[in-house]
Amino acid sequence: MTPAKLDLSPLRRAAAWRPAEYAFWLLPVAAFFLFPKSLALLSQIAITALFCLSLDLILGYAGIVSLGHAAFFGLGAYAAGLMAKYGWGDPLLGLAGAAVMAAAAGFLTSFLVLRGTDLTRLMVTLGVSMMLYEAANKLTDFTGGVDGLQGVDIQPVLGMFSFDLYGKTAYWYSVAILFVMFWLARRLVHSPFGLSLRGIRQNVGRMPAIGAPVNARLVAAYTIGAAYAGIAGALLTQTTQFVSLDVMAFSRSAELLLILVLGGTGSLYGALIGTMVFMAAHHFLSDINPQYWQFWLGAALVLIVLFARDGIMGLLRKLSTRARTSS
Amino acid sequence: MTIIFDGLAAGMLLFLISVGLSVTLGLMNFVNLAHGAFAMLGGYTCALLLSRLGVPFLLAVPAAAATAALAGVILERTLYRRLYAATHLDQVLFSIGLIFMAISTAHYFFGATQQPIVLPEFLKGQINLPGLDVGIYRLFLIGVGLVLAAGLQWMVSHTNFGAQLRAAVDNPRAARGLGINVDRVFTLTFALGSGLAGLGGALGIEMLGLDPGFPVKYIVYFLIVVAVGGSGNIKGSLLAALMLGVFDVAGKYYLPQVGAFVIYAVMVVMLIVRPQGLFGRSAAK
Repeated sequence: MTPAKLDLSPLRRAAAWRPAEYAFWLLPVAAFFLFPKSLALLSQIAITALFCLSLDLILGYAGIVSLGHAAFFGLGAYAAGLMAKYGWGDPLLGLAGAAVMAAAAGFLTSFLVLRGTDLTRLMVTLGVSMMLYEAANKLTDFTGGVDGLQGVDIQPVLGMFSFDLYGKTAYWYSVAILFVMFWLARRLVHSPFGLSLRGIRQNVGRMPAIGAPVNARLVAAYTIGAAYAGIAGALLTQTTQFVSLDVMAFSRSAELLLILVLGGTGSLYGALIGTMVFMAAHHFLSDINPQYWQFWLGAALVLIVLFARDGIMGLLRKLSTRARTSS
Repeated sequence: MTIIFDGLAAGMLLFLISVGLSVTLGLMNFVNLAHGAFAMLGGYTCALLLSRLGVPFLLAVPAAAATAALAGVILERTLYRRLYAATHLDQVLFSIGLIFMAISTAHYFFGATQQPIVLPEFLKGQINLPGLDVGIYRLFLIGVGLVLAAGLQWMVSHTNFGAQLRAAVDNPRAARGLGINVDRVFTLTFALGSGLAGLGGALGIEMLGLDPGFPVKYIVYFLIVVAVGGSGNIKGSLLAALMLGVFDVAGKYYLPQVGAFVIYAVMVVMLIVRPQGLFGRSAAK
């Protein structure tokens, strides 16, 4: 007896790149020429976008809520910083080291996170990140504590492109890494593995019935998400050549959640667009008054939760379906 | 001994502030991370009444609690109740939004500095016993905490309102069917929790300090109390808060290089080993 032939074409079609996506990736190129003076900010956007992508993988796809994702970002940042300080200043090697570090931490803590409900997960992730924050704060010999880690000396990328004063190398380096990691993430979420994560998020009771090992999948997703965050942290270290203690702060985790929700969870592009909108708004509004900015940030969060739960991506999707039905 | 005593006083403050969170989180199943903001509101109200208007301390503290309770009612009526049925993630995001707004508002009106507070004469000073220096204010805190804990316990287990609350939490639909006004019970409970937080914030200026970062600085402590004490459990919260207070003060005194690390580790271990809390009812869900 032959197994029934499944029609996989809708899944294949969903996995194919759309024209709008190609256009989207021209944005970083355009930005380079349009805003040559604010490359530092643009690099920050790329790094935060990668960080946000990592949260989208675990929250938007695997459905694990985390209030302490900055822990992995910070681990990656310190790992890359310490490697560079003690002689391994090659950027790509630093990224790999950071990814391994963060993935190991993610793997170990994933077993804590698996247990319990959303609420326990929130508190456990928060607790773990606070522990790491305290550890980094107290191990001053090692991390520099509140003064930050100094003496981070990064070698040229691939031995050819050294980090220049204008941030051109930093920018292209960040964008290239972001693109590669995004491409991998995109493959991942459209793979059978990614689909099974979506299944787990939508109905955790049914997945074991069709033979999907729920816990193993969640562990894997959490570990991958942690590795992504670690890489983002390492990028920040390498482009700024400095690690400050606030890479692990609670506010970074909270802000990240906000960015993701602003953009919309579970679509990868939501993470990128959310970051762009958020960082741009932050840049312009906090110039006016930092306190003012934080107030409206909070207000925006409240409004999003109450009225626009799907974020910018949800809005875009609604607009596109409306355009299609009216035409 | 003095350290244990100071720890107990700090624990009492933590209890006052977090018992409200224990109720919203444990009984009403709402993750209100902004709980500390109500405490901060109480603190600022108290500081303002004392320094600008010259209101006596014993009047300013209840006024602070009332303000926080009022803010609780208004926010519950307008915003919180829309989210009772939402996912925990939504509730977290929503309350983080509130925290941000509260912090920047406090910053705008009062600046980033610590608020000073002048205690009345009769609460100053120390009683010196052999081997034990008892700060009168600390003694006062412990007394207030014990009285309130006993009152709350009595209210939940012996009054009509307590029975209604327990019914509304265990099964809101059946409670509605019995003619209990569940919405009103929840609003009152929320107000009570916020009021207690405000009271704790006002009494705590002297020990915990008061600046715009307050809601974030202590949020983990409040969560630990709830996690360890078992949510919705008054006795458990009291014991957990006292333990936390003593450990925290002793830890900072004897092992300053370890800092708050131990506290966080304890919370994580607790959550893993006994998710229902040390003294929790195992069938909370």
